[in-house]
Amino acid sequence: MSDPDAFRAELRAWLEANCPPEMQQPVRDEDDVCWGGRNFKFKNPAQKAWLEVCVAKGYTVPDWPVAYGGAGMTPAEAKIWREEMQRIGARPPLSSFGIWMLGPALLKFGTEEQKVHYLGQVARGEIRWCQGYSEPGSGSDLVSLQTFGEDKGDHWVVNGQKIWTSYADKADWIFCLVRTDKANKYQGISFLLFDMASPGVSTKPILLISGNSPFCETFFDNVSVPKDQIVGELNRGWDVAKYLLGHEREMISGAGGGDRMNTIGAILSRNAGVEDPLLRAELAMFDVDALAYGAMGEKFLDEVKVGKGHPAGSNMMKYAGTELNKRRHELVMAAGGTASLEWDSAASNGGGRARGWLRTKANSIEGGTSEVMLNVIAKRILDLPGA
Amino acid sequence: MPLYHNDDQAMLADSARGFMADEGAIARQLRHFRDIQCKDGFGHALWGQFAEMGFTGILVPEADGGLGMGHVEAGIVLEEIGRNLTPSPFLTSSVMAATALSAGGDELRGRYLPGLLDGSSVYAVAIDEGPKHRPERIKTRAERAGNGFKLSGTKAFVVQGASADMLVVAARTAGNDEDDAGITLFAVPRDASGLSLDSVRLVDSAMAAHVKLDNVQLDADAVIGEVDGGREVLNRMLSAGRIGAAAESVGVGMGAFDMTTTYLKQRKQFGKLIGEFQSLQHRAAHLYSELEIARAVVIKAQQLLDGGSDKADLMVSVAKAKAGQAAGLAVKEGVQMHGGIGMTDEYDIGLYMKRDRALAEFMGDQYYHAQRVAVLSGY
Repeated sequence: MSDPDAFRAELRAWLEANCPPEMQQPVRDEDDVCWGGRNFKFKNPAQKAWLEVCVAKGYTVPDWPVAYGGAGMTPAEAKIWREEMQRIGARPPLSSFGIWMLGPALLKFGTEEQKVHYLGQVARGEIRWCQGYSEPGSGSDLVSLQTFGEDKGDHWVVNGQKIWTSYADKADWIFCLVRTDKANKYQGISFLLFDMASPGVSTKPILLISGNSPFCETFFDNVSVPKDQIVGELNRGWDVAKYLLGHEREMISGAGGGDRMNTIGAILSRNAGVEDPLLRAELAMFDVDALAYGAMGEKFLDEVKVGKGHPAGSNMMKYAGTELNKRRHELVMAAGGTASLEWDSAASNGGGRARGWLRTKANSIEGGTSEVMLNVIAKRILDLPGA
Repeated sequence: MPLYHNDDQAMLADSARGFMADEGAIARQLRHFRDIQCKDGFGHALWGQFAEMGFTGILVPEADGGLGMGHVEAGIVLEEIGRNLTPSPFLTSSVMAATALSAGGDELRGRYLPGLLDGSSVYAVAIDEGPKHRPERIKTRAERAGNGFKLSGTKAFVVQGASADMLVVAARTAGNDEDDAGITLFAVPRDASGLSLDSVRLVDSAMAAHVKLDNVQLDADAVIGEVDGGREVLNRMLSAGRIGAAAESVGVGMGAFDMTTTYLKQRKQFGKLIGEFQSLQHRAAHLYSELEIARAVVIKAQQLLDGGSDKADLMVSVAKAKAGQAAGLAVKEGVQMHGGIGMTDEYDIGLYMKRDRALAEFMGDQYYHAQRVAVLSGY
């Protein structure tokens, strides 16, 4: 980057000219998020226009190489981009598991052909991905997974079941952990990519305590997967999976910014009229932790971009970020009192607060439980014995 | 600016770490001066070595003979001080008093800075007037008298006050006790007539004084900055002291944490290393996470303060509160995880607990600063 100030001024001018005012409003609910994909319905023309101008510049994935649909920004430039986006409260033009999870894994383990093909589709918002990891018998103990891919020469035939597959019913493709060697636990898993429209794939949404169904059961019944749709080496998919889990944990931690780090004391006091001094004190202590965690997120990303920091650091971020988010929603509920209990009224925006609160309970379970995160920190960072 | 140390800062951290681990070690400094019942609570020889390293003038502008560095660099030194529980006047003299003196005129700076830079002088700060940090309320009065002022009032928790050659005193020259305006800062020589100090030993073996000002007569040239306009300088001095104490707290927490994880890898019970027990592993991992977050927000606040950001005030309070919480957890878990020997004077872990307790009160505890975060956030 030749001149940071000039770069910032250039981005600022571009955002002013191109980011629609509607896209500078806070994201209120799931409908406001642009996920892209074959079947995505844009909520309004502004959402579509915002995606298109960003795709044209590579700004959906600003730090990916230009050849793969990015803008080729350096870490320092990407930080300026994030800061300028945050300054005007711009929504991300595109949210996707392709950007947050599959992308980093392909950048590290993919072939050149795979990168150009799949990353380009992700960057342009053409394909929406889902993640096939957990199985009914393999939650925290993920490596015990049983979904099996039988070698049929030029393809595998996959049979098995995944669970907690986020948005499987809306996704176009899946990145999936499949056992390809039953004799080897860790070195018997391969990382496969396939189309959810393939014959034999079916999904069934799971109704959660929030009353919503963001997760699915996903079934594979003799699904044929061509051999060139493997990422990394045969039976070495666990390496890809672990690498990707690091990015997933980073994503769930909210380290990239967004509302995980926002304070709530001022807004809840204003809206709900907090009169209880002990609740006010709890809000203040929460705000201290939220602002401190915000600095941690910034430091974590700064260090990741230049290869500083501990490789297992995303586990700490995931643990701290999700526990903080659960506390945030407990306080939102408490400050709202009985108004927070309404489940489907228009005034409560369809029970937004209650459902949001219940949703956060999954934060410290999905992508590795808090207890697993603490195990990993104890073992990989603190080097405690027998961990 | 990225939230990690640049190359120069990393070099400073290396040399500060080596210096403090060696010269500033617990056995050599804290225990030694405690055991001989030293009336200063710290060693002047080490203070001289601080001067040779350039640390004493770390925040003093180069034009005045200092290193002209910022709060990130001062914090690097303080983290190592915290890690080794090194007793020294660095925080009060080189961070707080130096910040106040930077607002003084040429004559005042010429009078006090050389002694600070060469390590021959020690300065203290006299702000609080009761057992809790409450700089919003200043009752100590300074009335015009002849060519100068007459100061009367009492000050509490003046760390190293009896060892100091000069005290920076915040006094009221106008208005009521709670008014924001009407504050003036004075450089009061230790031997000024009417100034009396009652020096007491604190839980962490540091010495602090209850100060009485009984018609202390000062010339007009003892004023630091503007008459009635001292609040702004006072606030700058408070920010410097708060973020400095937060950095030292992180060091205290890290020191206690390192001792504790080392112990978890050595101590055997039930035929196992106690670090194999998941109940302790999870608590240690949680503590690690808290300390990392505290360290992140401390460097964030240091950078904002150095950059003159309008968010610095808020983040300094966040940092002081968070560092206090995290270090507090580190020393409490440290003593508990050491078991019985954690209760003995022979083991250092208890010394960390004591130092943490004193630092928590210094320039406002986590409750004071969480309250300030709420007020600055508009609720």
